[in-house]
This record gives sequence, C-alpha cells and structure tokens, in this order.
Amino acid sequence: MLNRYPLWKNLLIIFILLIGALYASPNLYPEDYAVQLSGNRDIHQVDQPLMDKVTSALTREGLSFKAAELVDKSGLIRFADGETQLRAKKVISTVLGENYIVALNLAPTTPEWLENIGAGPMKLGLDLRGGVHFLLEVDMATAVAQRLDVYVSEIKVKLREDKLRYRSVDHREDGSLAVKFADAATRDSAAVLLRKDYNEFVFQTDDVENANFLTITLTERTTRAIEDYAIKQNLTTLRNRVNELGVAEPLVQRQGRNRIVVQLPGVQDTAAAKRIIGKTANLEFRLEAKPDDSRGLTETYEFRNEPGRKGVLEKDIIITGSSVSNAQSTFDENGQPQVSITLDNKGGQLMGRTTRNAIKRRMAVLFVEYKARTLVETVDGVQVERRIPYIEKKIISLATIQSVLGNQFRITGLDGAGESSELALLLRAGALAAPVYFVEERTVGPSLGAENIQQGVTSVQIGFALVLIFMLVVYRTFGLLANIALCVNLVLLVAVMSLLSATLTLPGIAGIVLTVGMAVDANVLIFARIKEELKNGLPPQSAISAGFDRAFTTILDANITTLIAAVILFAMGTGPVKGFAITLSVGILTSMFTAILVTRALVNLTYGGRKLKSLSI
Amino acid sequence: MSNQVKTYNFMGLRKLATIFSIILLLVSIGSLAVRGLNFGLDFTGGSLVEVGYEKEADLNNIRLQLQSAGFEGATVQTFGSSNDIMIRLGSAHDPKLGDKVLAALQQGETQNIELRRNEFVGAQVGDELREQGGLGLLLALFMIMLYVAFRFQLKFSVGAVVALIHDVLIVVGFFSLFQFEFDLTVLAAILAVIGYSLNDTIVVADRIRENFRKLRHELPMEIMNISLSQTLSRTLMTSLTTLLVLVALAVFGGEMIHGFAIALLVGVTVGTYSSIYVAANALIMMGICKEDLIPPPKEDQEAIDNLP
Repeated sequence: MLNRYPLWKNLLIIFILLIGALYASPNLYPEDYAVQLSGNRDIHQVDQPLMDKVTSALTREGLSFKAAELVDKSGLIRFADGETQLRAKKVISTVLGENYIVALNLAPTTPEWLENIGAGPMKLGLDLRGGVHFLLEVDMATAVAQRLDVYVSEIKVKLREDKLRYRSVDHREDGSLAVKFADAATRDSAAVLLRKDYNEFVFQTDDVENANFLTITLTERTTRAIEDYAIKQNLTTLRNRVNELGVAEPLVQRQGRNRIVVQLPGVQDTAAAKRIIGKTANLEFRLEAKPDDSRGLTETYEFRNEPGRKGVLEKDIIITGSSVSNAQSTFDENGQPQVSITLDNKGGQLMGRTTRNAIKRRMAVLFVEYKARTLVETVDGVQVERRIPYIEKKIISLATIQSVLGNQFRITGLDGAGESSELALLLRAGALAAPVYFVEERTVGPSLGAENIQQGVTSVQIGFALVLIFMLVVYRTFGLLANIALCVNLVLLVAVMSLLSATLTLPGIAGIVLTVGMAVDANVLIFARIKEELKNGLPPQSAISAGFDRAFTTILDANITTLIAAVILFAMGTGPVKGFAITLSVGILTSMFTAILVTRALVNLTYGGRKLKSLSI
Repeated sequence: MSNQVKTYNFMGLRKLATIFSIILLLVSIGSLAVRGLNFGLDFTGGSLVEVGYEKEADLNNIRLQLQSAGFEGATVQTFGSSNDIMIRLGSAHDPKLGDKVLAALQQGETQNIELRRNEFVGAQVGDELREQGGLGLLLALFMIMLYVAFRFQLKFSVGAVVALIHDVLIVVGFFSLFQFEFDLTVLAAILAVIGYSLNDTIVVADRIRENFRKLRHELPMEIMNISLSQTLSRTLMTSLTTLLVLVALAVFGGEMIHGFAIALLVGVTVGTYSSIYVAANALIMMGICKEDLIPPPKEDQEAIDNLP
C-alpha cells in the first residue's frame, strides 16, 4: 500500500530514536563541583583511611560536601557550589601535604547505569570551560645533536681501543661528523671498523689538501627514529609534569611531526603552568677541579645566585638528573630551603664510587637549562623569526663532601622555597629529551567560558524557535511534522557527539545553529516537490510518494558535497575549528536521517492508507 | 491554484546579472589588492590580551597606561561591549604578558579589572595556517568539482566551481572592504559557505538536468527559466531559515563568533544569488544542450534515481 512503512521499518526508527535519547540524556545532568585527590608516586596512594582523614577535616572546618568517592586509586569529593569547592581545596591541600595532588574538577553526575553502557556528557572545549592551551614545538635539531654527542665519545673510545690515531672529531654545521686522520690508510681502516659496528651511519671519505677526512652522516631512518624517540620522551615527561600540576583531565598529545599540544582545563595561573611545562632543566653533579688539573680537563662556570663568582670544575660528569628517582623540597635546620634527593641504584653506586676517593674535596651541582634567544631578522624584505638555542649551565651549590655519599643526599643553596619545590618537581618528573618552545598559547578565563556557553545556548534556542515558527506557518501540518523531525535531529546530533566523546567548542555551537538552519532544507525540498506534484494533478497519496522519491537524489548530492567541505575543514583545522567541522559533519548525517526517514514515517503515520482529498501543506 | 508553477524570465536579466557580478568581483579583487585583509591573530602571529572592566573603559587612558608601562605599538580596541577591551601586541612570546598588562592597567584604577583571555600565536604557526587555509580551500574546490563532474557532467562542474569562486571572492572581498577581522572562524565560515552555496547550486542543477531530459521541445534558455522557477520557492525557503538562525547567531552569539556569523550571512545571500545567476548563466555561456545530458546507454543514472 502507498505511504505505509512496514512494521520493522517503524520499529527500527523508534529503536534508533530511543538509543539516541538514551545517549543524549547524560547532558541533562548538571556537573558537580569537585575536588580530585591522587598520590604523586606509587607509594602515596589514596585509600579509605586517607579519605576519612580528609572528610573529617572538612567537617571540622564546617564545609559540607555531597559525596566522597574512591575510584581507581584516586578520591573525588563533590560539593554543592564553586565557593565551597575552592575553600575545601585549600583545607585538603594543607591536610595532605605535598605528596598528594589536589585538583579542582567538574565531575559528571551521570547515573551509574548510563555510565555502564558507555554514555556520558559531551566534553566542553577550553573556550567554553576556561583553561589553557599550549602548542609546543620540540627542537629536533638539538635532539639530534645531543644524540650525536654520545656517538662522538663512543667513536673516540672505539678508535682508541683499536689504536687508530685520529686528529679530531668535529660536528659540522650540516649535522654530520668529521673525523680527521693523518693518513689515508688509517682513515680507511677506521672506516672499515666503524662501518661494521654502525649501520645507522652513512660513511664518506674525502681528502682536502693534506688532511684525510671520514665524514659520518646519520641515515634518514636513524634521524627519524631519534626524533620519534625525542617526541615520545618529551610526551612522557610532559605528562608527568602535568600530573604534578594537579590538573583534572589534562590533554597531552602529539600533533604533526614535531609539535605537542597541552591542554589544561580550568587552570588559571598560566605563568606557573608554563614555567613547569616548558622548563628543560637538568642537574649535573661534578667534582671541583684540583688546582693542578690541566686546562683541557676543566671548565669554568658562574654561580647562579652570585654573579661574578666562578668555580672551576672537572669536565667529567658523575651523574645527571636522570639518575634521580625521587626529590622532595624540605627545609634544613636553619630554615633554609633544600631538596632531598634519592638516587636510583646505578646513580647511587656511581656517586658512592666517586665520593669515596674525594672526601674533603668539593662537589658542585650544576643547573643546566636549555634556552633560546629569538632574533627577528629581515631577509629579502620579510620578517623572519630565528631561534638560537643555547645551553646555560650555572653552579647552584659547591659544598665539601663530608662523607661517602650514597643513594640519598641533599642540595642546598637554592634561592627560596619556591625554587626548591620547583626543582624537586622537575627532578621528579624527569628532564625533557629535547628543548621545547611555545609556538601558541591560549588562555580563556572561566567567566568568559561561562559567557560563551550562555550566548551560544541562547542563539541556538532563538534560532531554533524562529525556524520552528517559520516552518509551521509556511507548511502547516507538514511543517509540524518537519519540526518534530528537527527536534529529533538535535537529540541525535547531541547523542552522536556524546558517543564520539567529541569536544564541544564555541564554533561547534555555531555549527549546531547552522545545522538547524540547513537541516530543514531536505524537508523543504521534499515538501516543495510534493506541492509541485499536487499542482501537476497527482492525487495526494501519489504526490507524497513521488515527492519523497524524487527529492532523494537531490538531497543526497547536495549533502555529500557539503560533507566534502566539512571533512576538509576537519583535516586541516585545529581546536575550535575542528569542533565546527565535527558538528557540521555529524549534523549533515543526522539531518539526512531525520529529514528523509523520520519525516516520512511521521507523514505515513498521519496520512498513510487513508483516502485524502487535500493535504495541509 | 494554477496547474503549473509560474515561469519567471530569470535568464532575461542575465546580462544585467553578469555585469552586477563582475562589478562585485572587481570591487572585491580591487579591495583585496589595495587594502588587503585585516588578518586576525591566528594568521599573523603575535599576542592578544582581553580584559574586562566593570564600567565603561577609557580607550585613550588605556593607551597611555600601556605606553608608560613600556608596551610600544599596542593596538587597543573594544571587543563587543565597551567594558571589554582587546589589546594586541607584538610578536615575542612572554609567558607573563597577561599578568603584566593587567598590572599596568590596574595601577591607579579603582574598579576591578579581570583578565578574560590571553593568546599567543607564533609567527611561524600563523604562516603555516595561512598556507594550510588556502590549500584547504583549493582542495575543497577541486574535490567538489570532481564529484560534480562524476555525478553530473563536466559543464555543470565548471558552472558550480565558477559560482563557488564567485561567492568566496565576494565574502573575502567584503571582509577586506570593511576591514573586519579575518580569523580562523571566518575561514571556517567560508568553507561552510562553499558547502552551502554548492548545496543550492546542486539542487538547481539537478532540476536543470531533469528538465533537459523531460522537456523535449524547449530551448536551453527556456529550460533554465522553468527549472529556476520550479526551485525558486525551495531556494528562498532554505535561504530564509538559514538566514534566520544566522541573524540569531550574529545578534546573540557573542563577539567571538560575530565574524563567523557575518561571513555566513554574506555568503548565504551571495550563494543564493549565485546559484540562480552565476551557475545557470555559466551553463548557458558554455552552450549546454540536450546532447550533454542524454543519459548513457546503460541507464546507471536511473538506477540511482529510483532509490527510496
């Protein structure tokens, strides 16, 4: 029969609508203001006794909370409003001390049965929630150069062991190594030796006047591998540091070949966040040089807190910051800030072996920072930014070794409590394998975020209402059916966005508004076609059927081309624009479903199988 | 009720429309060449600080305060309301810039100032984005041309792309002429305009194709007029609903997506016009005829047409 859907088709549509409503529903539950607790090391875990301690402290301060939950080694305490949350955070931080991370959070209140089927609310982007977005660029050239340094010492040792005399090993500007030999024969046997051991190098021999060079270049693959390693290492370190900052739901992700995105929702103190995230600090422990050491074996460094004072140190490094397994900022007997350091096994052995023969000598702690100067130059009339990386090493302490040092010791001579806790944090989180630079930073205040949401929601509501009224006036009964389909479309759009756990941004909301405007297009096409068929003299039932059928290809073609634009937008866009592309694409798909199938089902239910004289269209 | 849709003589005005389009395009290109685009932070790189005052802020005073605090060459303007101030600064990255600016402004100020937004974009990132954005636009145009050529016919695809280039140029020209800020959301809007305008063009093209096959005696020009008249009510309805929501977005959506809404408002208006006068006009100029649209012998097209 004309214009009747088989039962299975109606049931399928109802089923999809129910599923959509189910997965869209978590967005109706408002979020709780919450404080999240977690330990900063494995040994400091959040357990029930600790939670009890926290809750009793809160009760003592007269701060009421809605719930205290223990999930996956971390605690979550929910509050009724933001003010209590802020006050509670202070109380909890004081009670727990610095072994625990206390972070502000917004906790979803999705009921458990919904969570169990994988439903949850849409995530809000930084522009709606407030927070910080960083884009960091990893300095790959430095990463490769650092690795080459290691190769240089390896090659020197290897050549020495085989009694192959070389004059020098130098870095060249283009990133290759040049080993200089006195004669071609030695050079050739060195080439044979090294070629056997290093398949990551490309070897090349060239003779300039009376010097014989062996030029060593890293293969493309090795360079790529070093870069990949540097990025991975940096990602790990950044994750550690971000965790130390105590941010709820942070994002640390690779973007492209050499960039890393860091997003910290809710963080307001960007200066502190940046200091911690971008710092490529490391420590080096070295002995002070003996007065009779030859100058080739020593290096002179300035003191960090006493400009002008200098110390002469041995070139050999005992250990670096990477041997540190834990670091805590504390105060000594005189109330001066200090950092208590625990070394790993290997580091402890090295430290013990060196200090055993050096009692009464002095040991220096060098603070190493990878920095960069930015030069703005004009090349061919275009302003070009050029970064010149450099390493700054300064002595933070030079103290006499009183006894053999083992796994544990302290560093003093720091500038203040702030610096000691920062140094401790950096040592705990590990060093960055390669320096990073900030290439993009966006901070959105929480009030602006709230304003954006409110304005976005208002414009969706008003736009939506206008379209509904307009459709009703122009198409009457059919307009009403299209309006129902439009509401269904909005629910489905939200459901799909929630299911994909896509992030909703301000342009994303604009995408929803636009989708609402454009979603009626398919219905308009169908209705216009039905009207036309009626004018051509078709009876109502056939006109409905012909209208839906004829409009289908047009709708398909028109939407696919829009989808092409949306997909390209998604591929090249970042952050907020990606949010727009997602809502637009999802909106196109859901609107096709609702405009074609849902409207048809509604029209069929209203008019199908009846004798009709006219249509209200 | 008449039995047939009234046929308007759209193509009768096609010479006038061509002149009108050419004038619009010349103004756009001219403005782009002379004034260029007022690129936003996303594309130029640099720093931006947005602060919120409790009461109306005095721009001149802010400029003086910034100058005496050593921020040379800062551009100060209101953002949305007169309580909101947007300050754009040079290109070097300073992690504490937001706090410094706030401190400088707060000095000698009784009301409370709030730091609302602080952004920094490296010059290199801006350059890349500009390059990527242009590439994205070209890629979108190319892919669409390919799809239309595959689904319709090469002449249609050329007509569609000419209409799209027309729309994009006019929207960009509009932003150049009025020196509205061109940021990433505006670029997104232009891609959406491409999608929208194309949507319109395809609907019209679809009807033109259908009528070329159905009506055996009419001249191409008449077929154009009939097709455009038949699709007119739909074209206007869809444009109206879209414009309605866009006006809502422009009025209530806030300053941050104002440019986005404006770009779409202009784009949708121009897109509606171009699907009538540019795409169809281009088809006439290329001499579209029945032979171009006789279905291939294997009738693949019909099979797709008959899907539910």
